[in-house]
Amino acid sequence: MIDVDLEQQVGSFVLRACFTADAPVVGLFGRSGAGKSTLVNAIAGVTRPSRGHVRVGDVTLFDSAQGIDLSPQERRVGYVFQDPLLFPHLTVEGNLHYGHRLRTEPIRFIEPLHVIDVLGLAALLDRKPGALSGGEKQRVAIGRALLAQPRILLLDEPLASLDVTRRMEILDYIERLRDEFHIPIVYVSHSVAEITRLADTLVVLSAGQCVASGDVDAVMGRLDLKPPAGRYETGAVIEATVTAHDLDFDLTTLGFDGGVLTVPGLNAFVGERVRARIRARDVSLAVQKPTGLSILNVLAGRVTAIREETGPVVDVQIAVGEALLTARITRRSRVQLGIHVEQELYALVKAVSFDHRSTGYA
Amino acid sequence: MAWPNSAGLTAEELGVILLSLRVALVSVICSLPLAILIAYVLARTRFPGKILIDALIHLPLVLPPVVVGFALLVLFGKHGPIGSWLDEWFGIVFAFRWTGAALASAIMGFPLMVRAIRLSIDGVDQRLETAAKTLGGSRAWVFASITLPLALPGIITGVLLSFARGLGEFGATITFVSNIPGETETLPLAIYALTQTPGGDAQALRLSVIAVVLSVMALVTSEWLTARTARAKTDDRR
Repeated sequence: MIDVDLEQQVGSFVLRACFTADAPVVGLFGRSGAGKSTLVNAIAGVTRPSRGHVRVGDVTLFDSAQGIDLSPQERRVGYVFQDPLLFPHLTVEGNLHYGHRLRTEPIRFIEPLHVIDVLGLAALLDRKPGALSGGEKQRVAIGRALLAQPRILLLDEPLASLDVTRRMEILDYIERLRDEFHIPIVYVSHSVAEITRLADTLVVLSAGQCVASGDVDAVMGRLDLKPPAGRYETGAVIEATVTAHDLDFDLTTLGFDGGVLTVPGLNAFVGERVRARIRARDVSLAVQKPTGLSILNVLAGRVTAIREETGPVVDVQIAVGEALLTARITRRSRVQLGIHVEQELYALVKAVSFDHRSTGYA
Repeated sequence: MAWPNSAGLTAEELGVILLSLRVALVSVICSLPLAILIAYVLARTRFPGKILIDALIHLPLVLPPVVVGFALLVLFGKHGPIGSWLDEWFGIVFAFRWTGAALASAIMGFPLMVRAIRLSIDGVDQRLETAAKTLGGSRAWVFASITLPLALPGIITGVLLSFARGLGEFGATITFVSNIPGETETLPLAIYALTQTPGGDAQALRLSVIAVVLSVMALVTSEWLTARTARAKTDDRR
C-alpha cells in the first residue's frame, strides 16, 4: 500500500501529485517533463516537498502536517536510478553488499544469495562496474537496492540507458523480482509497452499533476488520456489466458471474455495469464461481419464512446465483452459508415500488429 | 668539517636533509585532515561568507612569503596572542623551533593542497553519494566510503604539491623561525647560508643537487600512486 500526496515547486515547475495504490507493481506513467523524477525523488527523500505526505504500508516517511521527514537512509526506499550509479571503486560484490551491511538483523529479510540467484549475478561478483555491460550494470543496481532491505522499490526508467534487446532482458528480471520478493514496486516509465507489461495499477502524470489512476486496463482504455499518453501510443490492454498454440503457423490463441485473439507465437504455457496491448491505430472497424479477409482477429463489440475531433482522425471506443478497445479511424470513415454510440459492429485487428513488446505475462 | 659517510654526505648535510624531510612530512600530515574537511565544505556546501574563507585560504599563495612569516611571528611568537596561549595551556612552542618551520610550510602549502582536493571532490558524481544515502549510509559514512576513495588521486596530488612546497619553503620560515642550524635550518636555508659564505659554493651545489633529487623522487612517487589508484578505480578488465 502506497499513499502519496505531495506538493513541490522546482523553479517554475509545480508538482501536485496525489495517488494511492495497492498493487504489486504500480506504473507511474508520463512523458518526459511530466514530473516523474521529481515525484520519485520526493518519495525517496532526496528532495523535500513543501507539503503533503508519503506513506508506505503503515510507515509514514514524510508528513508535513505532523512534522515527519525521515532522511533517505531511514526511509528504506530502494531507489534504482536511470543511470545505474554503481560505485566505480567497488566490485560488484562490494556494490551489492553496500546497503546490506548497513542494515542490521531485525530488518534483514532479503538475503544476498537469493538476490544473486534471481538476478543472475553469480558470474559477475568480482568484476568492477567498468567491466559490465549496460544491462548487467542495471541488474547490479537493482540487486544493490534490494539488499538494502527496502520497504518499497522505486524503479525510475531503469531501461532508459539500454538498447532494445537488453530492455527485454531486464523486464524479464523485473517480472521475476515481482514474483520472488514481496516488495511493492513503483515502476516509472514513459513507455506504454513497459508499463502495460508490468504494472497492475497505473498512475498517469501530466504537467506535474496526476490526471488518472486506477487499474491498468481501465486507465489505458480511457479516451480522455490521449494527450499525456501521446497520439501514437493510445491503445487498450486486454488480459487474456493462453488457450492454444498453433505450432504449424507459430501462432498463439488467447481467450478473453470478449472472444479470441490470435497473436504471433508466445513463449507461454497454456493456461497462463498474459496481457496484450492493442494500439488504437491497429484497430479497424466494420459494420458488417467481413468475409474473405486476411485479418485473423474479428471481434464483435458495441460502441461506447466517440472522441470527436476537428482533424482527420477520431477515436472510437468499443466494448468487447468486459474489455474496452480503442480504434483510431478517419473522420471520413466514421461519417460514411455512420458510426454512432451504442452501435453494434466488428473490430478488426491484424495478428501481426502484436509484436513481442505488446504481449507479456500478466 | 665532518667526514663524508658512506653515501658521500657529511653528518651536517644528512642532518639538514632529515630535518627538511621531517618538517615537510609533519606539515603535510598535520594539515591533511583539515585540508580535506575544508575542501569538502567548499565543494559541497553553500553558505554566506564562503568566498571569504576561500580567499583567506588562498592568501599565502598571493602574499609575499615574508609577510606570512611576519604574521606568524606576530601571532604565534612567544608573546603573540596564539603563541602565548598555546605555550601556557599545551606547552607547544613554535617560535624558533622546527615545529615553527613545519607550521610555516603547512600554511604555505595549504592552498595548493585544498585546491587539488577540492577539484577532485568536485569531480565525484554527487548522485553516487545520493545513491549511497538511499542505501542507508549516514553522511559521514558516505563521505568515508564513497567520496574519499573516489577523490584519492586528487588527495595524493594535493599531498605531493604541499610536500614539495614544504621542502622548498624559504621566506616564511626564515622570517618566522630564523636560521638555526640543527633546529630550523632546512635545505633552502642551508643553501642560502652557504651562498653567503666565502668558499661555500661547492657545498651549496651539492645540497642543490640533493634538493632536485628529493623533489623528483616525490614527484615520481606521487605519479605512481595516482596511476595505481586510477587503475584500481576504473579497471575495465578486473
